Amino acid sequence: MALLEVRDLHTAFTTPAGTVNAVNGVSFNLERGKVLGIVGESGSGKSVTAYSIMQILEKNGKIVSGSVKIDGQELVGAGEKVMKTVRGNKISIIFQDPMTSLNPTYTVGHQLTEAILLHTNRNKKQAYDRAVEMLRLVNINEPHKRMKQYPYEFSGGMRQRIMIAMALACEPDILIADEPTTALDVTIQAQILELMKSLQEELGMAIIMITHDLGVVAQMCDEVIVMYAGSICEQGTADEIFYNPRHEYTKGLMHSIPTVNNDDEKLEPISGTPIDLLNMPKGCPFAPRCDAAMKICLRERCQRMEINEDHAAACWMNVKEQMEQEEGGEEA
Amino acid sequence: MSNMENLVEVKNLKEYFNITTGMFQSKPLKAVDDVSFAIRKGETLGLVGESGCGKTTVGRTILHLYKPTAGEIWFKGKKIETKADIMEYRKKSAMVFQDPYSSLNPRMTVSDIIGEPLDIHKMYADKAERQEKILELMNRVGLNSEHASRYAHEFSGGQRQRIGIARALATSPEFVVCDEPVSALDVSIQAQVINMFDELQDQMDLTYLFIAHDLLVVRHISDRIAVMYLGKMVELADAKEIYDHPLHPYSKSLMSAVPVPDPKIARANQRVVLTGDIPSPLNAPSGCPFRTRCPYACDACAEAMPELKEVSPGHFVACHRVAEIN
Ligand SMILES: Nc1ncnc2c1ncn2[C@@H]1O[C@H](COP(=O)(O)OP(=O)(O)OP(=O)(O)O)[C@@H](O)[C@H]1O
Ligand SMILES: Nc1ncnc2c1ncn2[C@@H]1O[C@H](COP(=O)(O)OP(=O)(O)O)[C@@H](O)[C@H]1O
Ligand code: SF4
Ligand code: SF4
Ligand SMILES: [Mg+2]
Ligand SMILES: [Mg+2]
Repeated sequence: MALLEVRDLHTAFTTPAGTVNAVNGVSFNLERGKVLGIVGESGSGKSVTAYSIMQILEKNGKIVSGSVKIDGQELVGAGEKVMKTVRGNKISIIFQDPMTSLNPTYTVGHQLTEAILLHTNRNKKQAYDRAVEMLRLVNINEPHKRMKQYPYEFSGGMRQRIMIAMALACEPDILIADEPTTALDVTIQAQILELMKSLQEELGMAIIMITHDLGVVAQMCDEVIVMYAGSICEQGTADEIFYNPRHEYTKGLMHSIPTVNNDDEKLEPISGTPIDLLNMPKGCPFAPRCDAAMKICLRERCQRMEINEDHAAACWMNVKEQMEQEEGGEEA
Repeated sequence: MSNMENLVEVKNLKEYFNITTGMFQSKPLKAVDDVSFAIRKGETLGLVGESGCGKTTVGRTILHLYKPTAGEIWFKGKKIETKADIMEYRKKSAMVFQDPYSSLNPRMTVSDIIGEPLDIHKMYADKAERQEKILELMNRVGLNSEHASRYAHEFSGGQRQRIGIARALATSPEFVVCDEPVSALDVSIQAQVINMFDELQDQMDLTYLFIAHDLLVVRHISDRIAVMYLGKMVELADAKEIYDHPLHPYSKSLMSAVPVPDPKIARANQRVVLTGDIPSPLNAPSGCPFRTRCPYACDACAEAMPELKEVSPGHFVACHRVAEIN
């Protein structure tokens, strides 16, 4: 049994302009001790997937159907009481902007201690000690002094590390990091990523790393999910996704970024504009921007297909190639 | 005396901001502190460094959008001194911002946004010529000229950036400062805009100062790269050279921190992870600004600021111990 099992998750928002189907049938497993990356352009449903797992959607959002299980326990429909024990204890989340999740009016020490008291069976003194220990763990110098300071007295990188301390203080099994370093400088980003990686190895937790930065994925992740328009278009080990992409959107993504090997070549951008979830095309959602689109792509959405045991994609090109191979095989 | 191959030259440039520190006290914040370099005609010079190190301030001061606290700016071998010099220089130079929308008036149409610099510099004979110029600029940056009367908020991020670029190009400048022009864009759209910068440079003979924090983007677009730290320039060299063989301790950690989108390279990468945070520019350390985080710092580093010196042809470094540590 996987630590986290997500099956056919559908999440929608009610808006004045209509229903936004932000997540459309997302399924994946997360094993203990693994780092799973979720990539995709802005609005592709990465955060909504995470918020659905945590059940922290905004008021106008709702899980329409599907299943989310942790250690075999079903969370969809389990109710807020169960979720309160799950959040913090089993799953924690770090947001992109630490200021939105740190309360500016309380000291960092107060906030850390409260979180620990809420989620573990420690008394005040033990919670305080644990908070200090966590600050030390994330490389904050003079932690006793720092406990008395307010969030604005820290730099962006330090606040992000405090958020990590907070998220990890309760030793969750799963840490969801939603663009945890997007707002940070590369040297600070490197600090935070190293820290997350070493803590992950030390504590044996699993991480879901949401990012639009393929460099961060390459550095951190064992497995990768590529999302487009609320669906998973491709899923596999990091090596499979980077070296053997099998969905036209993933291929486009890989060709559109500068690497250390394509200096003198022109980048190949993905044409067109990002998807409008209120006006979803009928077939493959990527078809309007796909150079390889075929007739069937406009009519019908391709189902997820296994490429090999480490890799699956939902692109008609794979079906076409398979058919061509079979035909070729028959002739030979 | 000036080298004609250089389009822009900056000599001992300083830009200090006065910051109120108490009721009656203020202190100079040295955003840019004694920086000298040149930008060659037709090249792209990348400018990188941590947030707050002074990149934007260099860009704005070079264009005389801020009055320099001290130092000289030379354009095409001529020192910019008088009001008339500045006016003429403004026509030949331009700036592209991270998010043109937030720096533009939401009640203006695209055609007014692009036309404004033409108005300021009175660069047309009549209305028809103005309109013709605007439509030509829109075509140049890949905007549908039928959309000239729409408002900027009706466009996507990538299209807004094109509007910003069209506006910057309105006066046919020779020198363009691009301040994080693709940072706000999604990866797939970034590539469209980067390619456009490349094409426009060829077509219009442009020289760029390109500021960005994504080092792979900078490496891709730049001929040379300059690295700043706390208001100082610490290294300047050919783009590939500085990325592959950085000599300054700060550049070394910066380059090694770049997340490379290739799992095998990323796993093999030996990162030089810095400890500590960047000091506040109000309390910059004495001597070398990097010494509080530098793994090689010694007593001499606290005493004098190392000068930016040419250590091999075209490769400039400001570090007392550059010879020993490399
Ligand atoms: N108008 C101003 N008044 C006072 N201080 C300023 C002003 N503009 C910039 N500064 C300060 O000058 C320093 C350099 O700022 P600058 O905007 O040039 O940094 P930057 O390198 O462009 O950073 P980023 O990567 O975050 O854009 C910072 O400490 C900043 O707070
Ligand atoms: N509270 C909300 N109300 C309406 N639509 C929302 C809300 N939150 C998210 N969405 C929409 O859901 C889609 C997916 O969003 P999100 O998961 O945040 O994307 P990302 O992949 O960038 O994290 C987007 O189209 C977004 O506009
Ligand atoms: S299914 Fe068709 S349209 Fe969609 S990505 Fe594959 S080839 Fe392109
Ligand atoms: S001068 Fe000294 S402190 Fe500065 S970078 Fe060189 S070795 Fe480090
Ligand atoms: Mg998001
Ligand atoms: Mg800036």
